[in-house]
Amino acid sequence: MNRVIVIGAGPAGLSAAITIAENGYEVLILDEYMLAGGRLLGQLYEEENGKWWNGIKESKSLHDKAVALGIEIRLGTPVSNIEKLDGSWVIYTDEETYYTSHLLLATGAAEVPLSIPGWTLPGVMSVGAAQVMTNVHRVKPGNRGVIIGVNVLSSAIAMELKLADIDVAAITLPKMNQVTKESGNPMDVMNSLLHVSHMAPSAFVKFGSKLMKNEFMKKMGITFFPKKGVKMWDIPIMLRKAVINIYGKDAVEGVTIATISASGEVIEGTEETISADFVCIAGGLYPLAELAAIAGCPFYYIEELGGYVPLHNERMETVLDGLYVAGNITGVEGAKVAISQGVAAGLAIANSFSGGKHEVVIQEAIQTIGRTRDEAFIQFHPDVKEGKEKLQRYFEEYGQEVKVGVTG
Amino acid sequence: MTSRIIHHPVLDKVDETDIVSFKFNDTVLTGLRNESLAAALLANNIRTLRVHEESGTPRGIYCNIGHCFECRVNVNGQQGVRACLTPVEEGMTVSSGEKFLTSVKDWRSNNE
Repeated sequence: MNRVIVIGAGPAGLSAAITIAENGYEVLILDEYMLAGGRLLGQLYEEENGKWWNGIKESKSLHDKAVALGIEIRLGTPVSNIEKLDGSWVIYTDEETYYTSHLLLATGAAEVPLSIPGWTLPGVMSVGAAQVMTNVHRVKPGNRGVIIGVNVLSSAIAMELKLADIDVAAITLPKMNQVTKESGNPMDVMNSLLHVSHMAPSAFVKFGSKLMKNEFMKKMGITFFPKKGVKMWDIPIMLRKAVINIYGKDAVEGVTIATISASGEVIEGTEETISADFVCIAGGLYPLAELAAIAGCPFYYIEELGGYVPLHNERMETVLDGLYVAGNITGVEGAKVAISQGVAAGLAIANSFSGGKHEVVIQEAIQTIGRTRDEAFIQFHPDVKEGKEKLQRYFEEYGQEVKVGVTG
Repeated sequence: MTSRIIHHPVLDKVDETDIVSFKFNDTVLTGLRNESLAAALLANNIRTLRVHEESGTPRGIYCNIGHCFECRVNVNGQQGVRACLTPVEEGMTVSSGEKFLTSVKDWRSNNE
């Protein structure tokens, strides 16, 4: 029988495959990493109920469930190309070529780089790289680090580094330029930070959400933001400092920082150095969607979702026949949302095989995605819901255009 | 010194007993079975995995999950292998890429 292929063994891909297998259909999962779990592997944070969300355990439980259902998972298998030939999706890997009528892309997200002078030095890595080294491989990325980029991801990972007894000297901004744009503007960063204040202990909460209800207060907050920063988990968060360059001979030795104005301009003569043996660059996440692009999916840029996303509906169907998407390829959100999207995608695929017998459960799954989103502990973008609504509108408009195109 | 995080306040203790040895640029090193080459090298305090093909400046891991290709090394004679995606194996021979003998830039400017 035709076997469904899922690309990506993260939370979305695994939960989709489990759903498909539970409905009696065969699935193969491909992933280039050496472990199943995707970005979920590195996650570690304490939830509001005091329980720890342990990405390694969550990944293992999804993986074990998939294996128990007889799902084949081929790890260490990068997909280099996909195309549609004679009504079938063709998936190319280094060793084998696979064919399927139903292909799910669950490729997740990648990190936005911030180009800063010195960023190619060994010891400079994305903040996610430091997370994986620390939590998954259990090797310290270094003894003392500086995190460049203040956002949800970098705040969460800074705390994880502290847990592993790694010193974080500061979390600070990159020098503002055409590439770093809003990541280098204190006002924009303050806006986005208000949404993580619930993760932080008292001082930052007081400073953040309560004081910063309106634009004027936010501006005042930035203007009077202490130059030394506000401490979160004992790590100084510096919104009035920016990294000018990363220095070192053959590896990172430190960073040069300078004071910046409320609008992000560097104030001359304020440069000082912070010594460090590693630097994390935290530019945020964007949907990793190359495979959807080469497959021919139309794309829309939706800031609330983290970047360009392939056009799809609530049932995780793209506009291309037999091509589905789930997880962060559809917009940057937490693992729990990805899992719920995987279920919806899996049901949509099962429904296509069963000739429409899964309609009711698909509607329930769509409701679950919304509920999971509302209850999410970490919101990567405060307006993710609006982003999803925009995409839904684009999908409906696209459907109408296609119909007009066919009849006219 | 970069080191392993054997004990962690939340995560399980690391089993450091299953050791493999491998070669990196003619030095024999040890790593833990099934860990990535990138992790094994970092645990040995090695940050430079290659040099830039044209400038010769050092490069190490950047994204650590296969996206950026900055950690490419030669493994058992095969070029361009991502250290972050490759499990370290007993007897593996790993080497850094080297600077090209001919400058790419010069070649391009002469041909434009």
